[in-house]
Amino acid sequence: MPDKRTTAQAAVAEIQDGMTVGIGGWGSRRKPMALVRELLRSPVKDLTVVTYGGPDAGLLCRAGKVKRLIYGFVSLDSIPLEPHFRAARQAGGFLASELDEGMLQWGLYAAALRLPFLPTRAGLGSDVLRINPELRTVQSPYEDGEELVAMPAIELDVALIHMNRADARGNGQFLGPDLYFDDLYCMAAKRRFMSCERIVETADLAREGGAHSLRIRRDMVDGVIETPNGAHFTECPPDYGRDEKFQRAYAQTAKDPEAWDAFEQQFLTVDEEEYQARVKEQPYG
Amino acid sequence: MGETPASRAEVCAAAVADAFRGDGERLASCFGAIPAIGAKLAKLTFEPDLMMTDGIAYLRDDVAPVSGEPQGEAVVESWLPFRSVFDLLWNGRRHVVMTASQIDRYGNHNFACIGPHEKPKAQLLGMRGAPGNTISHTTSYWVPNHSAKVFVEAVDVVSGVGYDRARELGAASSRFHEIRRVISNLGVFDFGTDDRRMRLASAHPGTSVDEIVEQTGFELVIPSDVPETRTPTGEELELIRERLDPGAARDREVPH
Repeated sequence: MPDKRTTAQAAVAEIQDGMTVGIGGWGSRRKPMALVRELLRSPVKDLTVVTYGGPDAGLLCRAGKVKRLIYGFVSLDSIPLEPHFRAARQAGGFLASELDEGMLQWGLYAAALRLPFLPTRAGLGSDVLRINPELRTVQSPYEDGEELVAMPAIELDVALIHMNRADARGNGQFLGPDLYFDDLYCMAAKRRFMSCERIVETADLAREGGAHSLRIRRDMVDGVIETPNGAHFTECPPDYGRDEKFQRAYAQTAKDPEAWDAFEQQFLTVDEEEYQARVKEQPYG
Repeated sequence: MGETPASRAEVCAAAVADAFRGDGERLASCFGAIPAIGAKLAKLTFEPDLMMTDGIAYLRDDVAPVSGEPQGEAVVESWLPFRSVFDLLWNGRRHVVMTASQIDRYGNHNFACIGPHEKPKAQLLGMRGAPGNTISHTTSYWVPNHSAKVFVEAVDVVSGVGYDRARELGAASSRFHEIRRVISNLGVFDFGTDDRRMRLASAHPGTSVDEIVEQTGFELVIPSDVPETRTPTGEELELIRERLDPGAARDREVPH
């Protein structure tokens, strides 16, 4: 049986300038933050990032890693507008491919199924088609003749997701209320990396949660990385909730370059082990 | 009950509730405190079959309060992760109340950003689900701060599709499009006109048609006889004050 255990460094080393990276989770929920932090430490740049965005988008935009962002929204949930993303948008710092939330799913699903596009009504009549001039419509070949948006496949070079549990072979398990679209990110990508709270024996997966929680199969994953508290400061229920105090401190640094420098110095220039130690010892900047 | 007359916020909540009349077994999705109070008020009174999420991934049958302490036990009647939300909304059994940063006379809506999209003056929520919602199922809008900055001649970015754009798409593509109401802190508006322009349906007690016209940045259709928005019944006021919003979140959205 293949042992796919690897490290965040090895996973991120596969990401090169200009690649398209899909990041799982939703808003400030179960984001693969340890992998995002590793990406922040790497010299890689000019990324196209695909995300139901939260602090992953905010941090990567703030760090100037993003050439193009493909997204439906960027939110911290309890803080509705992600301030670092907002600031980057208002500075015009990257190409904003803003889609309807359902269209984003459809693009990932089309890529997952290796189709060029999937039809949808979402987007018709709105400015989504104006601000994304590459989008085309298609006419139903059947009697109805309805015109629909042909949502193109969003093919990913690399997918990054975070699960509650996984085995060394790449079977992943979500124990919270929502898988989000993490399976689609994996199926849409050439290389797939899954961080998790804890690696367990395959035989123990069914003891951790019901069969319906086993939604990431090993054929969808190339590398497994154990990163305890690795979704911090986003939520990862039932293992832990969102670190709201930390999130507030993070959000506040958007207003003040000095506060950002201090935050970056304290939390982003150090490795993951030290990050987790600092979060524990000396919380919230 | 009912010794204290209904506040403006309470009138707004009842007006939101009325927007759900006749909806039956549909998902009622609400953004903002007063829309949530309104939808829950409808469910507790004349629309008991409405379905509501807890904002996470569960459909809740126990009608949790919008503010204050939880009352009783959570009753989860179904599971609705985001993937199912998208399926449900494209399937059409939903009525959403979204907030509007800008809205025009045909109900074109913007909460994405202010200014040009390439480099906005203010990045707001982004497109979120507005394009898909408006083309797929019933939509209403909530504006807690009615002004000519919100009710504008032309929105900067169209996130939610209005009636003129829906008409241009043709009958097939626009057959599920419906903007039911726009409810603001000043009045209730609909599109029940021949050319689907926004019409003043009722003015809240304490406002006037003149005030509403003055605070609106485009020409509203004003019927010859504008009714006053109804005030909540004694039962409704008790539900709003005691059951749904004991922490008075409504007053923070629409102050006295």
